[in-house]
Amino acid sequence: MRRAFWLAGAAALALAQPAAAGDTIKIGFVSTFSGPTAVIGKDMRNSFELALDHLGRKMAGKPVEVIYEDDQQKPDIGKQKTEKLVQSDHVDFIVGYIWSNVLLASLKTAVDSQTFLISANAGPSQLAGELCSPYVFSTSWQNDQTPAAMGLYMNQKGVKSVFLIGPNYAAGKDMLAGVKSTFKGQVLGEEYTVWPSQLDFSAELTKARNSKAESIFVFYPGAAGVQFLNQYVQAGIKQQIPLYTAFTIDELSLPLQKDNALGVPGAQEWVHDLPNEQNKKFVEDYRKKYAPARPTYYGAQAYDAAQLINSAVVAVKGDTSKKDAMKAEMEKADFKSLRGSFRYGNNHIPIQNFYLQDVVKDADGQLSLKTVATIVKDNQDNFHDKCPMK
Amino acid sequence: MLLVVEQFLNGLQFGLLLFLLAAGLTLVFGIMDLVNLAHGSLYMMGAYFAATFVAWSGNFIIGILLALGATLLLGIVLEVVALRHLYGRDHLDHVLATFGLILFFNDLVRLVWGPAGLALPLPGWLTVPVQIIPGVFYPAYRLAIISVALAVALMLYIVVMRTRLGMLIRAGASNREMIGALGINIKLLYTLVFGLGAALAGLAGLMEAPILTVQIGMGENILILAFVIIVIGGIGSIRGAFVAAILVGMIDTLGRAFLPDLLRGVLSSAAASTAAPALSSMLIYLLMAIVLVARPEGLFPASRR
Amino acid sequence: MKPSSVDYRNVVAALVVVGLLALPLFSQLTGNFFVLTLFTRIVIFSLAAVSLNLIMGYGGMMSFGHAAYLGIGGYAVGILAAEGIGSGFIQWPVALAASALFALVIGALSLRTRGVYFIMITLAFAQMAYYVASGLSRYGGDDGLTIYKRSGFAGLINLSNRVEFYYLCLFCLFGGVFLVWRIVNSRFGLVVQGLRSNEQRMQAIGFPAKRYQLVCFVISGTMCGLAGALLANNTDFISPAVMYWTRSGDLMVMVILGGMGSLFGPVVGAIVYLVLEEFLSQVTEYWAMIMGPLLLLIVLFGRGGILGLIGSFSRD
Repeated sequence: MRRAFWLAGAAALALAQPAAAGDTIKIGFVSTFSGPTAVIGKDMRNSFELALDHLGRKMAGKPVEVIYEDDQQKPDIGKQKTEKLVQSDHVDFIVGYIWSNVLLASLKTAVDSQTFLISANAGPSQLAGELCSPYVFSTSWQNDQTPAAMGLYMNQKGVKSVFLIGPNYAAGKDMLAGVKSTFKGQVLGEEYTVWPSQLDFSAELTKARNSKAESIFVFYPGAAGVQFLNQYVQAGIKQQIPLYTAFTIDELSLPLQKDNALGVPGAQEWVHDLPNEQNKKFVEDYRKKYAPARPTYYGAQAYDAAQLINSAVVAVKGDTSKKDAMKAEMEKADFKSLRGSFRYGNNHIPIQNFYLQDVVKDADGQLSLKTVATIVKDNQDNFHDKCPMK
Repeated sequence: MLLVVEQFLNGLQFGLLLFLLAAGLTLVFGIMDLVNLAHGSLYMMGAYFAATFVAWSGNFIIGILLALGATLLLGIVLEVVALRHLYGRDHLDHVLATFGLILFFNDLVRLVWGPAGLALPLPGWLTVPVQIIPGVFYPAYRLAIISVALAVALMLYIVVMRTRLGMLIRAGASNREMIGALGINIKLLYTLVFGLGAALAGLAGLMEAPILTVQIGMGENILILAFVIIVIGGIGSIRGAFVAAILVGMIDTLGRAFLPDLLRGVLSSAAASTAAPALSSMLIYLLMAIVLVARPEGLFPASRR
Repeated sequence: MKPSSVDYRNVVAALVVVGLLALPLFSQLTGNFFVLTLFTRIVIFSLAAVSLNLIMGYGGMMSFGHAAYLGIGGYAVGILAAEGIGSGFIQWPVALAASALFALVIGALSLRTRGVYFIMITLAFAQMAYYVASGLSRYGGDDGLTIYKRSGFAGLINLSNRVEFYYLCLFCLFGGVFLVWRIVNSRFGLVVQGLRSNEQRMQAIGFPAKRYQLVCFVISGTMCGLAGALLANNTDFISPAVMYWTRSGDLMVMVILGGMGSLFGPVVGAIVYLVLEEFLSQVTEYWAMIMGPLLLLIVLFGRGGILGLIGSFSRD
């Protein structure tokens, strides 16, 4: 019995051994699969798997193997997992990365080994500027882009003054800087809260109300967004001062935010109701396969990453050693993106549209996001000049 | 001036909530000499139970009462199954074992409720802001937290100072061997005290849930604050925990509220807004360090020699 | 404590030493470079755990802020590298000196307290260091600092070479273990251990207790600062996250898991903890659900950690 167990184990190990290089397309996927933010990683994985389903789980006729690694939302763990994927699994591509700091820690490993890295979410300004690399692409955005679009929208609405609140880490500072870069009114206050440990925003909300600002802008991703909205509504400020957001309301947080989020606008490069064929198919199949979950922009970006990789692999007919040719193909962004289409700038960050999303009630009374307008077309980030690539 | 009143209330509310968490911790620590890192997990479980029971029963009050009972029960089970065997062991054994429990509870919650977290919506009558003095509106729910926490603090005071159970608890905190010598059923007393501590942690968790969210790991950051409080207050001292909790709540809130403006007077605006959050979160630890350097056993040492 | 025939603890220690020495060979033969990457990290954390064990296991000083030195050592390397000073001959002494200084200051203040209060005051200082690092916006603030070039040692040793770097880390680890061994068996070490069991008596005999403990505390902090400098070179990256209190907790768990107050206990603890974490996370997403109860069981049934457990088999 015991012997049989070991034999079975050995057989399983033999099966698990990766096929020789060249037979399969190997993709490493680094995201957060444990802890409170695992819900984001799960959505990204779901969408990536769905993309592979849509591709018949093959690229250029070769089977695709994906190795998922959990970064635990810690930079050093993310770096270690990236090293494992490069050194031990010898992957052709690395995808994922929710967090700016995890990405920045892992970047050097991928670039030094000339492995293509596709960020499906994180967009720190360094990535768009001085740290840009031929081997790094983004299917998301640079941090400033989305809030900058929100600032434009606030101008369009004629908002005269704003109070800014955000978490005190690089993405938070990028976001508030993004709004300030486009907003023409007066900034009456700017508060940074401790990230991620500060959970109570009562002191900041009190100040915002006392500043007499006409509007409040916040950036609070994940659970913090739920907490902020709860406290914003409970303090009765929702009836007094309108709120504008970036990355604070999405399909993951909405079931927790409920009516609190009703009528609170946000800016986004992808919304589930964007009218293109690929997107309709994605949203429908996602809801079917993973019901009752709904796809988010994180997932849409991961889906695009799979399609981007596919376009490169197909262009070289599955010979992943032709890195220059793959790079050239990816720079064309020649695939059916879920956000319609986009171009790449010199720094491999998308030049893309940003939309205004609102929270409305479906016909069946369920809360959902809805595209209201296009805020800005073909928007490029502000850091591409600093990127040495031309 | 109105701003100061409001921030003061914010600080008071936060401090009282911390007191609920710290009271259970300091009791367990003071009486059973058990360092229970899993206290934060009980706080988390209280919130999860509340979200589940409120959704199930459709009534906020009933759901909360059920959740309190469930956390009490969970605490008792935990004590009987695992923690009871750790009494009398080295503190470091406690740290390791209860650290293991944190890992376990976090993943258990993920397995049962999923990674997304839950919402605990408030009934309508608690979501409206109340005008407390002319011109100052304050969230009704936060006022409710202040009143409940004050009531619990008063009740604890009465129980500890005026009842037989309280006498045993006080005796236990200052001299463990003595109550054994009195012929008291220590096992039962310990289990009861632990259950009480668990229920207090659960109460803190479920009261905080509508303001924050119900999510995995919600107890860990606040747990450290609770430890800071019981150490500042003096281990085993409920009175110390109360004073220290209010102190920490006030310093944390008022620091965040007024430090940036103070710094802006000295530094450039950009430097001030970067330094202020780091500095204000440091204040609590600074307070603890200063208190301990001046009074190595906290403000109200429970056992006097 | 005396072994009857063979003390399995010594066998385990010997196996660990041989295994660690031979690891690069194994990695070369199998072509699995990740094993080496993983174990470089493990060796570095072992050094940190060994340093913690010196004060915790032998000195009875439960520091809950030891990760602060990892950060200080790491930031010394990172900040100097960012300012264009790439020489290890400058970076490393600065890292050690900064850690020693920090240990001296917080040690002098913390040693006024005892027991749990000592645990919490060391935590407080580490948290302050964490928030200071978070506020260093020039050096990446909360997001950390990427180190583009590893410390240079004028061609003596190339830290970018995986094998050379591994052996450097291993050399530091064995050096640390050796140092602890010498300290523990010296007159100074005996005094420090005596202070743990009975401070009043030692003081009555006339030993300046606090001064002895403080020296021990500083040595430990400096050693951990070295681990920090290694860690920064290993990850090419340093962020405040290495100083967060959970990381100090990890170090404590490694020491207790392996066996407090034994020379190789922390090394065994670090290996088991980190390998288990890596291995279980490959097997299941719910690895913590297995790891948690495992820790509980080790505490309940294996006093003195893994080495203690092994030692108990040695005695008849």
